[in-house]
Amino acid sequence: MNQLLAALWKEGLLQWNLRSRFFAVAVFGTTSLLLFSFAIGPSAHALRQYSAGFLWLALLLSSTLTLSESFHAETEHRALEGLLLLQASPRALFYGKAIANWLQLAILGMMLVPIMVVLYDAGTTDLFRLAGIILLGSAGLSAPGTLYAAMVTQARAQQTLLPLLLFPLVVPVLLASVKATSLLILGDPMGQTPSWIGLLLCFNAIYWSLCGLLFGRVVEDS
Amino acid sequence: MASPMIEARGISRRFGRRWALVDVTLSIPRGSTTLIAGRNGSGKSTLLRVLATAIRPTLGSATIQGHDLVAAQQDVRGSVNLLGHAPYSYDPLSALQNLQIAARFLEIESNEAVLRPLLARVGLEGRRHDPVSSFSAGMRKRLSIARVLLRTLPVTLLDEPYANLDAAGFTLIDDLIRDLHQSGSTVLVASHMVDRVAPICDSAVLLEGGRVASIGTGSAVSERISSNPDKTPPRNEQ
Repeated sequence: MNQLLAALWKEGLLQWNLRSRFFAVAVFGTTSLLLFSFAIGPSAHALRQYSAGFLWLALLLSSTLTLSESFHAETEHRALEGLLLLQASPRALFYGKAIANWLQLAILGMMLVPIMVVLYDAGTTDLFRLAGIILLGSAGLSAPGTLYAAMVTQARAQQTLLPLLLFPLVVPVLLASVKATSLLILGDPMGQTPSWIGLLLCFNAIYWSLCGLLFGRVVEDS
Repeated sequence: MASPMIEARGISRRFGRRWALVDVTLSIPRGSTTLIAGRNGSGKSTLLRVLATAIRPTLGSATIQGHDLVAAQQDVRGSVNLLGHAPYSYDPLSALQNLQIAARFLEIESNEAVLRPLLARVGLEGRRHDPVSSFSAGMRKRLSIARVLLRTLPVTLLDEPYANLDAAGFTLIDDLIRDLHQSGSTVLVASHMVDRVAPICDSAVLLEGGRVASIGTGSAVSERISSNPDKTPPRNEQ
């Protein structure tokens, strides 16, 4: 537990010192949403119908920037290796990093919601549930994203490799997040939302446990 | 007779097609100070990184304080301190914050009041709140030294400890080696500054092309190096 707290404290310090990077990613996400709205055209019905998909697509694209950058400071001067040599638990390091990435993506997702409301005329009064879906969906992106970011961090083409590896893996999470958000915006007469939230919970449980176990193998020399 | 602190049996390490270490067998007594000498690319840093468990040996095995490098990796890490080439620091954070992170992972006191004397000892007290990105190579090295000073362990590995340091830094390293020796720590110093380190070492190991070329006293190894200054280490490729 102390190791996890140390990892979270480290991530907090790093995120605060690198906060300008977060604003750059937020601008990227906003720009993506804006461009997607141009692609649909002026049809209010079509905009509302596809709004959830574009929200998650913008978040997915932004996540690759956030995730690939999250290991830059760790490898620049072998800081991560230094912590491992201090007997730091690889699992604590993973969960610290994954939680930091998760919070960053969740905040970004919530920041994009009012922009989606303005651009796509798509909103919901059930903000509590929408926040829950964003939290679950971003958690499903951040756990495998953190693991893959650690894997590709030494590769020359890491910016290309990360989406190639990550996108196929997060398809179920993305699908469930889009469907749950869409049902919240467009209405859910058949009561399907809980099933999609359940699916998100299941994938999160698998990703967060498996990735935590595998992280040690990824960062230790073999 | 007491068992050796470090015992390496046929350690080899390969990077791609190149063997950086070939069949290194060593026995380092407890409490001794040993110089690891050799030219650039002779395998000094690789040997220390293998012993610190930063990288694994491709072949062979080694024990430190009876703990196997691979099977008991975490136990070895609890016995070995490494001052490496890399500063192991986070550039966006301050010197104090970097030290606090290390202290928190070690689960020792991380208050500024506790860490300030360490930063004062390495000459960084006045710059403790500055981001490491604004530091020179020598200052980063001093921060690494402060990190090593956070804990006293049975084994300390110093890889080119004098690199990037000024005259005051040289004295700092000399004092560090002497203090470690007096505290009974087993010290391995990999350095090109053979004439400076050899007199304070109990023994020396000369590496050539990743192989142990000779083991002897510091002065004998120093003599061997100076008598053969232009010898190019053989490449170990296959």
